[in-house]
Amino acid sequence: MQKFTTLTGIAAPMPLVNIDTDMIIPKQFLKTIQRSGLGKNLFDEMRFDREGNENPDFVLNQPQYRSAEILIAGDNFGCGSSREHAPWALLDFGIRCVISTSFADIFYSNCFKNGILPIALPADAVALLMQDAEKGANARVQIDLAAQTVTASDGETFHFDIDPFKKHCLLNGLDDIGLTMEKGTAIDAFEARAAADRPWV
Amino acid sequence: MSGKTLYDKIWDAHIAHEAEDGTCLLYIDRHLVHEVTSPQAFEGLRMTGRRVRAPEKTIAVPDHNVPTTAGRENPDQMTEDSRIQVAALDKNARDFGIHYYPVSDIRQGIVHIVGPEQGWTLPGMTVVCGDSHTATHGAFGALAHGIGTSEVEHVLATQTLIQKKSKNMKVEITGSLRPGVTAKDITLSVIGATGTAGGTGYVIEYCGQAIRELSMEGRMTVCNMAIEGGARAGLIAPDETTYAYVKGRPHAPKGADWDKAMAWWATLFSDDDAHWDKVVTLKGEDIAPVVTWGTSPEDVLPITATVPHPDDFTGGKVDAARRSLDYMGLVPGQKLTDVAIDTVFIGSCTNGRIEDLRAAAEIVKGKKIAVKRAMVVPGSGLVRAQAEAEGLAQVFIDAGFEWRLAGCSMCLAMNPDQLAPGERCASTSNRNFEGRQGYKGRTHLVSPAMAAAAAVTGRLTDVREMM
Ligand code: SF4
Repeated sequence: MQKFTTLTGIAAPMPLVNIDTDMIIPKQFLKTIQRSGLGKNLFDEMRFDREGNENPDFVLNQPQYRSAEILIAGDNFGCGSSREHAPWALLDFGIRCVISTSFADIFYSNCFKNGILPIALPADAVALLMQDAEKGANARVQIDLAAQTVTASDGETFHFDIDPFKKHCLLNGLDDIGLTMEKGTAIDAFEARAAADRPWV
Repeated sequence: MSGKTLYDKIWDAHIAHEAEDGTCLLYIDRHLVHEVTSPQAFEGLRMTGRRVRAPEKTIAVPDHNVPTTAGRENPDQMTEDSRIQVAALDKNARDFGIHYYPVSDIRQGIVHIVGPEQGWTLPGMTVVCGDSHTATHGAFGALAHGIGTSEVEHVLATQTLIQKKSKNMKVEITGSLRPGVTAKDITLSVIGATGTAGGTGYVIEYCGQAIRELSMEGRMTVCNMAIEGGARAGLIAPDETTYAYVKGRPHAPKGADWDKAMAWWATLFSDDDAHWDKVVTLKGEDIAPVVTWGTSPEDVLPITATVPHPDDFTGGKVDAARRSLDYMGLVPGQKLTDVAIDTVFIGSCTNGRIEDLRAAAEIVKGKKIAVKRAMVVPGSGLVRAQAEAEGLAQVFIDAGFEWRLAGCSMCLAMNPDQLAPGERCASTSNRNFEGRQGYKGRTHLVSPAMAAAAAVTGRLTDVREMM
């Protein structure tokens, strides 16, 4: 997994609330058996019309946001299905960080498995960053995971909370499975106990 | 020290390892797998030379992509990419030696219907699947939730999941439901009351008399949509209804194991002095048959209401409501019962069980559909066979419904069953997101009885007028 340490990039504003995973990556693109290549279909039904022409009003189609690496979004981002295709599509497009007031649980944990940092901030901070993002490409937002800060283009800094274990894995690009396999004896011991206590399982 | 909730008890019984910061390795008793969210996980195992740690606890079934029309064994019925996904599951199930129900097996169906039906899901278990509606299995008093593909790979390789404990939320439905009101109306009303983010960070336990009075089918409907309320998992404590459903199922315990299991299951309830981080109470008598008007499952209103105005809302919801109404083609102030319906879909893991088909057939019996198309897609091959044996299939066919084979179908429209742009559907599924049932398709979520009522009148209808 790609590490996440610091990022200075363009932030695209998406003030819509409840942006769901069907919007992020519609189901017709879930038929792949690979992780890569989904970026071209990110937000497909908002980004393109039926003939595949770009919708000029959509934020990521505007010249100043085409290379955005950060999304500033309305409440409850990523609600809906468990599809990891949503963070895969964001990552493939180039988005490394999403900032909102809140995230749906499964989407939130899926981000961490893919080197994307989801940041939850209070409503007034998100509102300010949203205004900042609306200034376009000159407004570069800085993110420092080690320091747990987001800095707007005018220098205002917000602190965010993050689970220490998730932070550690993201900073170092660690693979969960490898870490868990190191605890194999604990799992073996649990299985032995469970087999005695709950043999029907 | 206060007592424990049901969630606390199941959690404690499954900790394989706990780190100092509270991060746990939760042992997983059942891992359900379907074709859409698993190929990259199996590929990951191959690339790292890992095996499936507990193939005997891993069950796979294709459901999302599969056609639901006759002759579907013929691969020509599937698009190329769907065929590749189903073939990948066939191969992965074989290569890794996990339990498998291919489309040719009568037991095939929607993963969340097959698990309980086969007795894989039991009280007190931890159950996961790369699918958000895994919450369904919580109806048995099992801690069940959806996971992403990386976590699917993690569970395949280690039979555990890295988790931190959620908070406890109690949702109590007091009293009894009125006639015409169903489990679907309960679960939608709860989401209407708490919002789609209301449950974020919580595991919900549903309790109260109205929940106790539900069948297992109804309880599965309630827990199924815990995820639409933002909670990863919903739970209902097991009781006699649960045991009666489970007993005798192919993978349920037997003999001495059954007795031992029952002794443990009897301890699976929340203690009176347990701590709750949040409590929501609804009166069963106050719940009406409901319908969604917008593009979020929280956009719920009683069928007797009128379409709201964006100004009725505050904050970001004002714009969201405006966008929803525009997408849905509805006018503020319009009576919901005046909304004409083109299509009716009865099925999905929310409402594709036998009781749902009985409720719908009851309304449809002896009548004809007044919509362009209506379809019933049973949740599994066994539900389908039972509905045929009970004569329900004939009721639907006589009324003009299409009688399909089991699968997810128009719940998410990954197979050929899709709405056309602008087409309006009364659907028993669980999501009314933009494009969910087809590009620019319009979805109104309802109970099976309400869907049946809409099918025979051609508009959203208060089912109580037809009883
Ligand atoms: S029926 Fe719908 S919600 Fe249920 S598993 Fe299938 S696609 Fe998902």
